[in-house]
This record gives sequence, structure tokens and C-alpha cells, in this order.
Amino acid sequence: MNRISKTLKEKDNILSIYFTAGFPELNSTIEIIKNLVSAGVDMIEIGLPFSDPLADGETIQMSSKIALDNGISTNILFEQLKEIRNHVNIPLIIMGYFNPIFQFGVEEFCKKCNEIGIDGLIIPDLPIDIYLSNYKIIFEKNQLQNIFLITPQTNKKRIEYIDKNSDGFLYVVSSSSITGSTNKFDESSINYFKKLEKMNLSTPKIIGFGISDNENFNTASKYSKGCIVGSAFIKYIQKNGLKNIHNFINQIKIVN
Amino acid sequence: MSYNVNSKGYYGDFGGAYIPEMLLHNIDELKENYIKIMSDDSFQQEFNQLLKDYVGRPSPLYFSKNLSEKYSAKIYLKREDLNHTGAHKINNTIGQIILAKRLKKSRIIAETGAGQHGVATATVCALMGLKCIVYMGATDVKRQAPNVARMKMLGADVIPVTSGSSTLKDATNEAMRDWINNPIDTHYIVGSVVGPHPFPDMVARFQSVISKEIKEQLLLAEGRNYPDYLIACVGGGSNAAGTFYDYLDDERVKIICVEASGKGVNSGKSAATTKLGKTGIIHGSKTLLMQTDDGQITEPYSISAGLDYPGIGPMHANLFTSGRGEFISIDDDEAMSAGLQLSQLEGIIPAIETSHALAVFDHKKFNSTDIIVLNLSGRGDKDLENYINYFNI
Repeated sequence: MNRISKTLKEKDNILSIYFTAGFPELNSTIEIIKNLVSAGVDMIEIGLPFSDPLADGETIQMSSKIALDNGISTNILFEQLKEIRNHVNIPLIIMGYFNPIFQFGVEEFCKKCNEIGIDGLIIPDLPIDIYLSNYKIIFEKNQLQNIFLITPQTNKKRIEYIDKNSDGFLYVVSSSSITGSTNKFDESSINYFKKLEKMNLSTPKIIGFGISDNENFNTASKYSKGCIVGSAFIKYIQKNGLKNIHNFINQIKIVN
Repeated sequence: MSYNVNSKGYYGDFGGAYIPEMLLHNIDELKENYIKIMSDDSFQQEFNQLLKDYVGRPSPLYFSKNLSEKYSAKIYLKREDLNHTGAHKINNTIGQIILAKRLKKSRIIAETGAGQHGVATATVCALMGLKCIVYMGATDVKRQAPNVARMKMLGADVIPVTSGSSTLKDATNEAMRDWINNPIDTHYIVGSVVGPHPFPDMVARFQSVISKEIKEQLLLAEGRNYPDYLIACVGGGSNAAGTFYDYLDDERVKIICVEASGKGVNSGKSAATTKLGKTGIIHGSKTLLMQTDDGQITEPYSISAGLDYPGIGPMHANLFTSGRGEFISIDDDEAMSAGLQLSQLEGIIPAIETSHALAVFDHKKFNSTDIIVLNLSGRGDKDLENYINYFNI
């Protein structure tokens, strides 16, 4: 069974952390993953940097730019991750915009992911219809789950359509915004989570965007399997380095 | 075979809507409504009335006697430079602002490079009383101070963008981010035939008034409603799309697209997308774009701020790969000389973008009987400082 599905089946209150590969240093990738695992996170999203991340706020734009200036590339990331499965068992997902994947060759990219032991991809600017007609077969052949986003603007019919065509989890964007907004969930976000809960979707949900503390984590976990933290983590390592990652994780989630 | 958009939003292999789910609602709303709204009689009436009384259309089709003599061909200039605000850009912003009102939007956002589209957007927002926010790369804000002042005078908020390389592509990213954050009350007036479907098609339709007028005007002037050649410069490609629109599938008419090669195609400082670009995704559209082997979008360069976009619209990408359009690259020096020449031969100072198109006559030999229409897309007032510094006038 795919590690993502297994984790979702066995655990609740899942904490998934996003970080940008190649930030703060070109070779930080492995150290970050290992520190996250020992700090007790349940799932990791490795960001493949892009020059024009149009769904991302300032923090991820900044980390992507620094990573690219540091010289990160798709090939270097794959090289860094080559032996990661000797050390890490939790689900690993690569999140990146479509153009770098398209240039690498979607088939070649997926094959590489499979060799390394990547479990899924999140490609925010690859819409589900283009995925289904052109790429689904390649993903399946390489045992990769493709994770789709839904937002407060996604209508009921489309949520059902995405649910039907998803494995892994639904990435529930908490509000109508780019990444990195730090507001507390407002009433409309909560109503949206409740609405989703009532829909009894077959794919498990994980909530992301704008989650930076324990309060939001607990709220998100109440309405879903857990949450994804990205910008807040990147800000933390920019300020505090990689050594004390467990402190950050403990602030968000009390690990038993 | 048609060179226009198909029902799925593609021109050949190019186009589509490669957008994050967060933008889907906005794009779908537009996709479901734009044709319906635009074909409404009352829309057409309002649009045409404003083009006539406010923009000053039809723009003249001017037979350029002196250029024609110099290059031994029949050269006509389509005078988009005489439009209100000084370029073709206003055709599109007039159309989109009426559309935005009919979609009950109260807030308008736009991106701008040189500031021409920003000014055209700020203008129609002032006219219609809608709030206007223009995203402009911080580098361009400095380079294009007069247009920044114009936008402010027209009541727009100009927001300098410091992400990425602080130029047009980053301003476009920032406008898209704004749209993600404001999915209900905001319309994004994209300035060129770029971005996710339906923008390339919608902008091309609004600009198609250029080719519709050429048809009528040429019939009167030449007794036939088509030229042998159409020439236009291509940055994103909106003036070219408008010039070609009604002739796309009329293969009697040869199409010439002029790109900016900056300091030379292989100089590392160029915007010649068809020479340097590969198929990829930029701003939600599959098209030709300049990028690294790793798929990172690179920064283009041209002396003309309106041509330094790292991609071209999907219509033009298809014109290029299908061979329907001939693409010629013109460098900074060639363009500047052609701009000076037109100023002194015809008494018309063209925008530097347009000067690139004018430089084609030194590159390509035409027959003396060839009827050529070149779109004089903008006037050069905004570029005076650039011309003056370049020629040490």
C-alpha cells in the first residue's frame, strides 16, 4: 500500500511539513528531512523551486529564489534524495509547479520519483482534466498519487468530481488566498470545513495554507486528518537554522 | 484548419488554462460568460460607441508615400498611435471594463511593463468609476516614471513589485496572486493575448477591431479588402493578434511577426522568444517561452519595455510552429534607426515597440506591387527620453 494511504489509514492529527529544497543552503535537503522525521512529523512535502510560483506568498517566493540562486535543479534534488529511503519511512511528496516537471519530461520525472521512493506529487498548476487525459497513466505506472487542491470557491459538483478521481488525500486550501497568510481561521473557513465534513467524501482531507500554530493545527485536525504547514516552517528555519526543528514541531503539535 | 482558438481554448498545441485550483472559479466565471456578454447587442453598442467617441476610432489607414517610395512597395500604416492614450492597448481595456461591469465587479487589477497597459486600464477605470490597482515591477516603476505619474493622476494605485526580477513577468505573477486573494469582487484586466484561456481569445477579440477596420479601409483605398502582407511587432502579441485576426485563415495574406532580439539573439540579452524559447507553461498558458534547461523562466531584455516578455501568446506560438507566420528578429539598434527614420520621413514618432516592426523593411525585400499593412501600434512620446539618450539629440 502507498505510504500516503497507509499513514492516512493509521493516523489522525497528521502533521505534514512543506519545505523548499535547496533552502537555506543547497545541501540542506537531507538534514531537514532527517530532523523533521526525528521531530515526529508524519509526512513531508519537498518543494521543487520554481522561478514564478504564482500561488505562493512572500515566504515561499523568497525561499524559492534563494534555493535557485544556491543552484538547486531537478537533477540535483533527485541526486540528494537518491538514498533517502535508507533513512526515512514516512510518506514523501514532491510539490512543484508544472513547467520544471514538463521540461524534465513528465514520464522521466515520475520514473525518477518511483526509483527514489517518492509517494506522491502536488502540482498546483496542473488542472485535474489535463492530468486525467494526459498523465494519469504515467503516475499510476510509477505508483505515484497525485494530490489535488480544493478551495472555498470550489463548487460541490467539482469537489465530488475531484474526490472521485483522487487517491491519497484532498489538499483543502483553508481560505481564498495564496500561501503564507497568518490569520486565524475565521468563521467562513470553519463553515467551509463543516460543509466538507458533511459531504462524506471518500478521500481523506488534509488542511493547508495559513496554518502556523497549535491552535490552528488543532482546529484543522478536528475537521480533517490533519494539516500542512509550509511558510511558518520556512520562516522558522530561516531564523533559527536546522538544529532546533523539533522545537518548531513541538509548538505546532505535541508529539507523544 | 483554423488558426483561431478551438473550443477547448487551444491554438494547435498551445494555450489552455494551466491554473491552480484557487484561480479556477475566476477563470470559469469568465469562460462561461465572455462570449455571451460580448455578443449581446447592448454590449456591442456600448463598446462601439466608446471606441468611436472616446478612443477616436476608426484609426486612419495611412498610405505612407515616403516609406513606399524608399522601399518600393505600397506601405500602409494603421494608425493605432492616434488612439486615446497613444496605443492599441485601450481597445482591450474598454472591452474588458464593460465586461467587468456586467460581471458586477467593483475592483480592477492589472499588470504593466512599460506602463501603457497600466495607463489604458487606469483610464477606463476612471471613466467607469471603478477602483484600479496596477502591479508594476519596481525596476519598471523607476524606468517609466511618466507613465507612473499618469496612472496616479488617473486615480490608480500603482504597486511596485519587488519579487523575482521586479519586471513584467513578476508584475503578472503578483496580479494573479491578488486575484487568488480576491476571487469575488475583482476582475483582472490582462493586457495582452497571454495568460490562461479565455484571456488570449478575449483580448484578441477586443483587438480585432484593428483588422476589421483594415478590411474596410483597404477596400476603399485599393479596391480589395486584403493586403499581401501584414506586419506587427510581438511582445505578448496583442497588437499583432488584432491586426491578423480577420485574416488568420486567409492564406492570401502573409503574416510577419517581429520580435525584439535586444542586443542580439545570442547575446544573452534578448527577447526573441521563437529563436530562444521552448514549449512550456507561463502565466497559465502553454506556449513558447524563454527558460533554462531546468524549466526556470528567464529574464528577457529589449530596449523596448513593451517587448521584453519571456513568452509569446499561444496564437503566435501556433503561427510560428505551423509556419503560418514568418518571425523576424530585430535588435535594439535596428529598431532605433527605423524609429528615427519614420520620424524624419513621415513626421511620425513611433513607440520603440513599433520601431521594431518598421525595421523589417531593411530586412526583407518586397515586390513593388505588394500591398503591405504595418500596424503602427503606439506613439513614441513615452520613449522620447530613450530616443534622445540613444541618439544624443
